[in-house]
Amino acid sequence: MNYHAPGTVAEAISLLDDHPTAKVFAGATDLVPQLRAGRPAPEALIDLKKIDRLIGITHHDHTWTIGAATPTVLLTEHADLTAQFPGLVEAAGLIGSDQIQSRSSLGGNLCNASPAADSVPAMLINDMRAVIAGPSGERVVPVADIATGPGQTSLAHNEILVEFQLDDPAPNTSDAYLRMIPRTEMDIAVVGAGARLTLADDGTVASAAIALGAVAPTAFRLTQAEEALVGSPVTDDALAAAASVASAAANPIDDKRGTIAYRRHVAGVLTKRAITTAAQRAQQQSSNGGRA
Amino acid sequence: MSHPTRVVVSTTVNGDDVEFLTEPGTSLLDAIRDDLGLTGAKEGCGTGDCGACSVLFNDRLTCSCLILAPEANGATITTVEGLADRGNLHPLQEAFLTDAALQCGVCTPGFLVAAKALLDKNPDPTETEVRFALAGNLCRCTGYDKIIRAVLNTAAAMNGTES
Repeated sequence: MNYHAPGTVAEAISLLDDHPTAKVFAGATDLVPQLRAGRPAPEALIDLKKIDRLIGITHHDHTWTIGAATPTVLLTEHADLTAQFPGLVEAAGLIGSDQIQSRSSLGGNLCNASPAADSVPAMLINDMRAVIAGPSGERVVPVADIATGPGQTSLAHNEILVEFQLDDPAPNTSDAYLRMIPRTEMDIAVVGAGARLTLADDGTVASAAIALGAVAPTAFRLTQAEEALVGSPVTDDALAAAASVASAAANPIDDKRGTIAYRRHVAGVLTKRAITTAAQRAQQQSSNGGRA
Repeated sequence: MSHPTRVVVSTTVNGDDVEFLTEPGTSLLDAIRDDLGLTGAKEGCGTGDCGACSVLFNDRLTCSCLILAPEANGATITTVEGLADRGNLHPLQEAFLTDAALQCGVCTPGFLVAAKALLDKNPDPTETEVRFALAGNLCRCTGYDKIIRAVLNTAAAMNGTES
């Protein structure tokens, strides 16, 4: 096993071309435990953190660019990003301890492709896009198209996730992410739920995005619940309807963290709460005159 | 399969420039302990769950068991051995002694490094903030309460707000 720390995206891709079993990594917070657990050692480990484009948070022309390997602590410390996307930042901040936050990244969380990855539902509700680089150039795809199953992604062996694109929210918009774990900190989501709402001037929902994690092989959007919310205020009935869609759509596993029935129930509860929090935050945005 | 290339790593540990030769798959924790002889950081779990191997890596709190040793090339590392200043214990170390915030001691270096990272960033944390900041450090003697108290007492002493 050799260690490489390429300085450019092109160099990383040519290393992947040269080494059919090479593995790229960012914070290695999933990779090292996997290797220690006996997963076959790749012939080369490619550290992506020395590539400038993969680290950092910038904002130009109403779009944020977040390097795929940016440590999540840089998101939680970013006041402007947090003001615009409190849900995305709270999801990123839930990945592990402070020790892990110094190393974990949105790119790693997405490409490790755990069904329970906390940041993924929050990326889905914000329609984030992933910039994928390969030997023949770059392509931009919705984050929803990356994870295809537990531990599986749509990336080819010689492709890497370079950065994320995130458009500024519409006025009167905010998001929220909640997860259920049996303890207060340091656990893997039993269920995760994210919601983003845009409110119209009369307080009705102009647009909604809801996503669940940890209750199916990949995180997914609840389009039926989203459509049902639009056009009316966030009433108890509307929340109950969204919760029952979430419970029905959840297709979780049974494990030591929760039974299928429990996870289905919690999916509904968290969906309600995430919508409620996103609506409150969107309301605050509008009372602040739409200022993020 | 070809032999892995050994890597020369030049890094700064507790203010000293050091150089060591390592296998690419070696953890920074193993390099610190076995190559540099700094045995304060401990291996508890080896998977980033327990925090016993905590070090500051480029001024950020990390689990050294999750860092590959070659990644340390050009980095600045602070281990628990770097907390004391020429034989004078860091206020956190003094407080851990005064408040008896340790039992078997295996988790203590990690807690000290994590607590230092917290106080450097937030010199006046609430109890809740201390508990969240130290959530990545496990103490299997379950001595948490005294540890939390020692950190709060250190903050109070450093801020001159002792009661």
